[in-house]
Amino acid sequence: MNPTEPTIQLPGGWSTLSPSVDWTYYFIYWMSVVLFVGIIGAALYFVWKYERSKHPKSEPTGHNLPLEVGWTVAPVIFLALIFHWGFEQYVSMTSPPADTLDIRVRGRKWSWDFEYPNGGHSPELHVPVGRAVRLLISSEDVLHAFFIPVFRVKRDAVPGMYGTLWFRATRTGRAPFYCAEYCGAAGNTPAQDGSYAGHFNMRGEITIQTMQEYLTFEESLLGPHPGESTADWGQRMYRENQCFTCHSTDGTRMAGPSWRGLFGRQERMSDGNGVTVEENYLRQSILDPSARVVEGFQPVMPTYRGTLNDRQIDAIIAYIRTLH
Amino acid sequence: MATDVAVTDQGHGHELDPNLNYLQAGRGVLSWLVTLDHKRIGVMYLISVLTAFFMGGVFALLVRLELLFQGRTIMGPETYNRAFTLHGAIMVFLFIIPSVPAALGNFVLPMMLGAKDVAFPRLNLLSFYIYVVGAIFALYSIISGGVDTGWTFYTPYSTGTNGSVVSMTLGVFILGFSSILTGLNFLVTMHKLRAPGLHWRRMPLFLWGMYATSIMQVLATPVLAITLLLLAVERTFGLGIFDPALGGDPVLFQHFFWFYSHPAVYIMIVPGMAIVSELFATFTRRAIFGYFAVAMSSLGLALLGFIVWGHHMFTSGQSEFATMAFSALTMLVAIPSGVKVFNWTATLYKGSIWLTTPMLYALAFLVQFTIGGLTGLFCGTLSVDIHLHDTYFIVAHFHYVMMGGTVFGFLGGLLYWWPKITGKLYDERLAKVSWFFVFVGFNATFLVQFIMGSQGMPRRYFDYLPEFGRYHAFSTVGSWILGLGFLIMAWVLVKSLRSGPPSPPNPWGSAGYEWQSASPPIVLNFPEVPTITRGPYDYHLATEEELFDGFPEDRAKK
Ligand code: HEC
Ligand SMILES: [Cu+2]
Repeated sequence: MNPTEPTIQLPGGWSTLSPSVDWTYYFIYWMSVVLFVGIIGAALYFVWKYERSKHPKSEPTGHNLPLEVGWTVAPVIFLALIFHWGFEQYVSMTSPPADTLDIRVRGRKWSWDFEYPNGGHSPELHVPVGRAVRLLISSEDVLHAFFIPVFRVKRDAVPGMYGTLWFRATRTGRAPFYCAEYCGAAGNTPAQDGSYAGHFNMRGEITIQTMQEYLTFEESLLGPHPGESTADWGQRMYRENQCFTCHSTDGTRMAGPSWRGLFGRQERMSDGNGVTVEENYLRQSILDPSARVVEGFQPVMPTYRGTLNDRQIDAIIAYIRTLH
Repeated sequence: MATDVAVTDQGHGHELDPNLNYLQAGRGVLSWLVTLDHKRIGVMYLISVLTAFFMGGVFALLVRLELLFQGRTIMGPETYNRAFTLHGAIMVFLFIIPSVPAALGNFVLPMMLGAKDVAFPRLNLLSFYIYVVGAIFALYSIISGGVDTGWTFYTPYSTGTNGSVVSMTLGVFILGFSSILTGLNFLVTMHKLRAPGLHWRRMPLFLWGMYATSIMQVLATPVLAITLLLLAVERTFGLGIFDPALGGDPVLFQHFFWFYSHPAVYIMIVPGMAIVSELFATFTRRAIFGYFAVAMSSLGLALLGFIVWGHHMFTSGQSEFATMAFSALTMLVAIPSGVKVFNWTATLYKGSIWLTTPMLYALAFLVQFTIGGLTGLFCGTLSVDIHLHDTYFIVAHFHYVMMGGTVFGFLGGLLYWWPKITGKLYDERLAKVSWFFVFVGFNATFLVQFIMGSQGMPRRYFDYLPEFGRYHAFSTVGSWILGLGFLIMAWVLVKSLRSGPPSPPNPWGSAGYEWQSASPPIVLNFPEVPTITRGPYDYHLATEEELFDGFPEDRAKK
């Protein structure tokens, strides 16, 4: 299916669903134009023809049952037709194919977070062209709604509930997305750069790219942010991968040993051997935690093989080294 | 005051001469504040709703002004959010809902029935004071920090946000009771106080509209009341009803809210239609084509109004089945709406059309309501609405219905009954000038909003992308033209009050029953209980020389 150009009324249509929606839109539009011109044309003609100076005495016209029944019943045919199209298209909008690429969308005042299948997070939305993409939408605070005009899709982000929408883009490019459900503002004072935060700024641009470009983007999410040091990135990995649920950095003993002063420490394993903590040991503890279990702890740590790549593990190690 | 005091029945208890006109009988502020006369209560309502309309209008102009340029123009985002919330809340709850029924309806409804007053005059006064108390709560919330939830008060935003949400919701809660009591009063009045000979088939279409409206007010408003009460309870006591953080369900709030607010939309539009039917009849001097169909279509709208609320929630996550059902039912609304439009147009055929300002308002109503109605088809069609929901398209659609429809109908009705209410004529030429600005300004403001919306501009945005700049600028300039039109209109009314020539009893030569009274009417409306011998639109019974001066037998009675 081909993408459509923008018109005066509608933005370009860039999804497989958009041509049929636009068709229905224009059908209703032209039907309305014809009806409007007919009704108002007739009214204006009568006003001109029967204006009081020309037509001082009105003539009662009595009833016209066929006419009245006619204009009561005739619209039903059109109404049934547009209802049918609208519903049919709605059904395809709400039934994604089986092989979708799923992106998790979280709305919060006043930004969107996109979580990609590889676990990477970004405030930017990138999708591959030609592939069915499903957005799984929720909110962390109040109602929001995710709206991509070029795809003709919209779905509320409701706290405590998932909403889904799906689309298959038919061209590459960039197009705006918005929050469409009112969600307030951060106040009247602008930030240092003069910008304001609020519902109206909970928008951005979706980037539709080739599968190759998309995969490169997705992969890049797992690296450091621009300007982020390796150790900072490691700290972010610690947060994003929820290591903090078992490991403290201040010496507190949780389900796992604290990371404070971990590097270079002498430790006893449950098999009785001693170990000096260095890079290779840390790497093994992350990828294969049950190989050597620290004495006094249960082997409950999951493996991060496949979740964390080599560079990320390096970054975590760099972070651990900073925790004296 | 007359020395020859007659004590009247019907609760007009004080020492009033029933043959004096209602403005002169009883003097001083107190005689107004404790009056039981439906006409005086109507006038007090009129002053209140016009004040509310002015306030809501100022907020609207501020909102439009802020959007003139990209970025900040005159206010910050938080102030903007409060401004559009107050615009919406004031216009809906303080202006439009009471505008036609409580203000104009109160005045003309008993007169159209040939009655001395409404069935329960004390209840009528009570409902006015309830309105005042509700309005005070609403005003208090404006002064004490404002409200920024939008007029829809969606949870969980409204549960968490700062500002005076509780006093605003209590205000709306209280206003609801005023609306319920007025509706109840009107229903009983229409059933019990019709003059002899005024059977249902002879009832003016305005009253059929009031009948449908009253049913909706009585049945739907309690749901809003309980919803807002639950919201206030949640906010004050942290009880989880709608807020998921407390274990509630935010979508439930939307169901409750729209269960009232959709009928409320018809509580707003049906009275506008009701006025327009009267205007068409009077100024074409012929019976409304398809009287019975027009009357029944009001009831049809009232009925449908109760079963389409879910069409406000197509993207909310309600079940797919519900979505389908609500879309199908919504389509049905087009049928009674179409019936009205077709019948009004047919009424022009072979009429004798007098293009007075009220008639111009009625014709503008026809144009704008047709646009509002037809764009409703886009919104009711599921797939198309997914795209249009919560954009400016919706804003334009409901302004075409609420403002292009109801407000135009209200203004037409106001000018039409003005000579009856005040006993004075107004300057027709200047009124036409003001109509022209209002008409052009309104369409300039809102027509472009359809395009903005279908292009994807979401509503309730403080700022926008550059590509929407020209549309917003155009719309804002339109709002100034509109504002100018209203200013001239206000001047027309003030001028009429100060120096308008006295009006004859029936300046429009209408066959409507209410015109058979003096202008302004006497306290008991008619010197004796009238016996109705013809329908309100039976112009064909009039002879040639009666055409411009009303029915001679009516004048003979005076
Ligand atoms: C479910 C709890 C849990 C989570 C989540 C968890 N760990 Fe562990 N971790 C443990 C436990 C228990 C031990 C000690 C037993 C062992 O060595 O397997 C441990 C040990 C370790 C050790 C060796 C520490 C030492 O003192 O020798 C490292 C390094 C480590 N984890 C890194 C991580 C990283 C990196 C993450 C996050 C990507 C993580 N862990 C997430 C429970 C967890
Ligand atoms: Cu939002």
